[in-house]
Amino acid sequence: MTNSWNDIKNADVILVMGGNAAEAHPCGFKWVTEAKSNNGAKLVVVDPRFTRSAAVADMYAPLRPGTDIAFLSGVMRYLLANNKIHADYVKAFTNASYIVKEGYGFQDGLFSGYDQARKAYTDRSGWDYEFDEQGMAKVDDTLQHPRCVLNLLKAHVERYTPEMVERICGTPKAKFLQVCELMATTANGERSMTSMYALGWTQHTTGAQNIRSMAMIQLLLGNMGVPGGGVNALRGHANVQGITDLALLSTSTPGYLVLPTDREPTYADYMKSRGFKPIRPGQTSFWQNYPKFFVSQQKAFFGAAATKDNDWAYEYLPKFDASYDTLKIVDMMAAGQMNGLFAQGLNILLAAPDKAKVQSGLAKLKWLVVIDPLETETARFWENHGEFHNANPKSIQTEVIQLPANAFAEDEGSFTNSSRVIQWHWKAADGPGESRSDIQIMSELFSRLRALYAKNGGAYPDPILKLTWNYTNPTNPDPAEVLKEINGYAIEDLPDPADANRVVLRAGQLLPAFAMMRDDGKTAGGCWIYTGVYTEAGNMAMRRDASDPTGKGVHANWGFAWPANRRVLYNRASADASGKPWSERKKYVWWNGTRWTGADVPDYAPTVAPERGVGPFIMNHEGTARLFSRAAMADGPFPEHYEPMDAYIANPLHPKVSTNPITRVFAADAKAFGTPDKFPIVATTYRLTEHFHYWTKSVHGNAVLQPELFVEIGERLAKAKGIKDTDWVEISSQRGTIKAKACVTKRLRPIMVDGKPCDVIGLPIHYGFIGLTRKGYATNVLTPPVGDISVNTPEYKAFLVDVKKTTAPAQPAVA
Amino acid sequence: MATLQSLDIRRRSASTEVPPQVRKASVEVAKLIDVSKCIGCKACQAACLAWNDLVQPVGYFDGNYDNPVDLTPTSWTVMKFTEIEKGDDLEWLIRKDGCMHCDDPGCLKACPAPGAIVQYTNGIVDFVSENCIGCGYCVKGCPFDVPRISRVDRKAYKCTLCSDRVAVGQAPACAKACPTQAIYFGSKDDMIVHAEKRIADLKSRGYQKAGLYNPPGVGGTHVMYVLHHADKPSLYAGLPDDPKISPMVGFWKGAMKPISLAVIAFAGVFGFLHYITKGPNEVSDADERKGDELAGGQTNSRGRS
Repeated sequence: MTNSWNDIKNADVILVMGGNAAEAHPCGFKWVTEAKSNNGAKLVVVDPRFTRSAAVADMYAPLRPGTDIAFLSGVMRYLLANNKIHADYVKAFTNASYIVKEGYGFQDGLFSGYDQARKAYTDRSGWDYEFDEQGMAKVDDTLQHPRCVLNLLKAHVERYTPEMVERICGTPKAKFLQVCELMATTANGERSMTSMYALGWTQHTTGAQNIRSMAMIQLLLGNMGVPGGGVNALRGHANVQGITDLALLSTSTPGYLVLPTDREPTYADYMKSRGFKPIRPGQTSFWQNYPKFFVSQQKAFFGAAATKDNDWAYEYLPKFDASYDTLKIVDMMAAGQMNGLFAQGLNILLAAPDKAKVQSGLAKLKWLVVIDPLETETARFWENHGEFHNANPKSIQTEVIQLPANAFAEDEGSFTNSSRVIQWHWKAADGPGESRSDIQIMSELFSRLRALYAKNGGAYPDPILKLTWNYTNPTNPDPAEVLKEINGYAIEDLPDPADANRVVLRAGQLLPAFAMMRDDGKTAGGCWIYTGVYTEAGNMAMRRDASDPTGKGVHANWGFAWPANRRVLYNRASADASGKPWSERKKYVWWNGTRWTGADVPDYAPTVAPERGVGPFIMNHEGTARLFSRAAMADGPFPEHYEPMDAYIANPLHPKVSTNPITRVFAADAKAFGTPDKFPIVATTYRLTEHFHYWTKSVHGNAVLQPELFVEIGERLAKAKGIKDTDWVEISSQRGTIKAKACVTKRLRPIMVDGKPCDVIGLPIHYGFIGLTRKGYATNVLTPPVGDISVNTPEYKAFLVDVKKTTAPAQPAVA
Repeated sequence: MATLQSLDIRRRSASTEVPPQVRKASVEVAKLIDVSKCIGCKACQAACLAWNDLVQPVGYFDGNYDNPVDLTPTSWTVMKFTEIEKGDDLEWLIRKDGCMHCDDPGCLKACPAPGAIVQYTNGIVDFVSENCIGCGYCVKGCPFDVPRISRVDRKAYKCTLCSDRVAVGQAPACAKACPTQAIYFGSKDDMIVHAEKRIADLKSRGYQKAGLYNPPGVGGTHVMYVLHHADKPSLYAGLPDDPKISPMVGFWKGAMKPISLAVIAFAGVFGFLHYITKGPNEVSDADERKGDELAGGQTNSRGRS
């Protein structure tokens, strides 16, 4: 979230699109009802299904799964064509006026620099600004230049007329325009719109660009950095924000630093592209501090073994050649290229797409370690459960080792929620039996591995032997000690930059702020954005003061929000260029004549006067936010609608480039995708509020509330197929076939796409062959083994199927 | 379920007298369910199961989101989902079903077991299991079809409005668990004031018929709804438009009561006089033979072998 859960109460318009907050985030949804109840907010839901969120919405618009970019680009066109943008904001705080190189182009679905043979954008140099001799981006403040970003954007979205939106998305034109009009009421600084999204936007081959489209709309409306605004990712687990911050992606290190690639063999190579020089006069370009964060992290990892002379132990870091994401791991397993797998808190048999592929991969492993508080399907992948999970134990040689882990309430530690707030949780009970905390399991494993390396040596033992592991109890570190290490500390006494004789922090003391991190090896810190969470004043994650002095939903003494306890990111943009709040209603952070002040920690240098013209988006080299993303996105500087890989229609905009042209398709999956002649129905998967992923089917109460898998089918399709409520239905895709009981509903109406009715069905994901619910098929039998190009999130939300009435599955004799 | 004391009882089933209310009358409470804020998450259902230690068996998918499909002796509240088409638009009405805690409770009126159903001075209607005889009259007496008889112990069960929690100043478990504040709990007067604000908000959003459901036919209720369509409560999974206690209950406990008592008394007196004048009934051999024939001879033949 750029803003916070609590901040949603400040919104005037709430857009729930690419998610179903009432269903998947019922507790957070209280801030929506709060905004409606006490702020007169209007709730808009855009979703293929009429959802639980839609049930309490003021406005609902349907769209076909996988067409969000077309819808959102249509909104951008509407805002630009009708001059309903927050013009002062756009001019001052975005790159609308920047002039783009002549090399940039877009034609027939392809951006410039595309290599047809390699199916990649091999030359993205055109996706950039024109620069002057000083290396500064050229701008045209009059916004007249034909190649300034605003005009290129206008040209790019011109194709997304309401008629084209209706043709692609199936959203009736009148409904679409109603949504546009409501969004446009916030283009003024008086009102704001928040965007709440989740996996409904990420789980597409165009996932990252879905979210970028929304970010662009929020910039055009002037809703970034203001209370009740923002682009807000609703995270799906209590701590999934935490794992993201601490290097979820295989190509990251904690704090969104980047793991070196194998094209960067030396530290000098690595830093060459990480200078982050400002490209507009006087800008902050905060990533210039990258070396401070990187060196401090290396010191946290390797302590005394990381020195200036050995480039801070740069050579200890692995250098990646490719992204080793879940899809890649499954592909390698299935190809027999992996010996073993640790599935820690991961039920990969159900959680990764194309179950048949996952199953065949697991069966090719020599060993599989499952670390989980619950029995999982993954641990039992070798068992035969009849129609629900057909396996032949005799043919599987994989050795499965289950290590029972504690559940979160059986251990203490921290959670980082969607609001970026780090909160401590205390142990409530001992875990059952021989269960242990994940920290203990990994620490014991590490200690034994290190002992083996110490004794026997190995190909390259240094990174393991020299890893800092100075915990009081090395085989079961105290989570508080780990959080201190993540926060960072001074290795030597730190002198005051203004007065060398004064010491601001003694050696061993915890860092109060990442501003104190240094690139000379005098500080250590595992994750720079978390610095401040555990200081000499104590564990800030333990704070539980609910007070909100300004009434803006800023509970500054509740936990600790990264970065720097800031609750709304980019909040300097809540004031105009001269530092005055855009409006009294949205007053949040402003310049009081001598410094920046307000309800929140300013996201800005506190004493830099507005006259100096430093932009509010300090993380960007420009200081402004990017409507044109330069080469930061792999698949284009502007979002473009591409069909899902199981394409329902040829893309009306450019039928020859129907799907995302750089989607990664593994050789083994060349024939994994379905076509509408065989699979004429669009399907999507989702979660139910009664369940949490694949966990709560093991909890009696949850099993009572939603006991069995079903498939939601619209009345028209059900009638055509002769299907009635609770009939068994066979659903098949190019990947496989499942059965589910029918839920015939009015909430899934056929969507008129390209003039023809498109039926959409929906499947909840929660069922399997372990647990207290009725046995059910795994829905990932159906989903395609492909993901978003930027972060490889699988395309679970839009694929093609066929359905027909069938008979009940045979119950296996032995469970 | 009762944890309040007898001195807090306003009414008692099948009893003409109630304990003297020596204490100051407690405030009348109410639960207000704002249907327009409810997202049907079933947190209230889960909280109800957990707080009351109820073990509802795992069922089957039954065609919609309702699960369990209806109230049971171990599910005292369930969500009812209704899809309503209005031209091109759709409404998905979600209503939390359960005991309405009528001010004039039909169950209590119908109950023939002394003290099996009580109404506290705060308005809560509670079942006292140890006094329940499992006759099921409360089911017939309830205009909302709420009480359920357990097959295990033949006793009637329903929502207690968490009388045990309320007795110690806590809100019911469902209200505590509701994430969107769709369930409010407080004094009935306060709930009516709060409902008015919500209704004004709904009217401003185009629900001209929004209103409070506090049906006078049962003397008002201590569980009330804010409805967007207060003119048509039955849209919400058959919520009665104008609930009234079945006239049979009034008849049974009113006019029929002296008549029934007279009939019983007459039957007793008649039986006594008949015995005195005619003596006991005797079975003749002819009757025995006829009985055997009617039984098809099987009982006898089996008896002999």
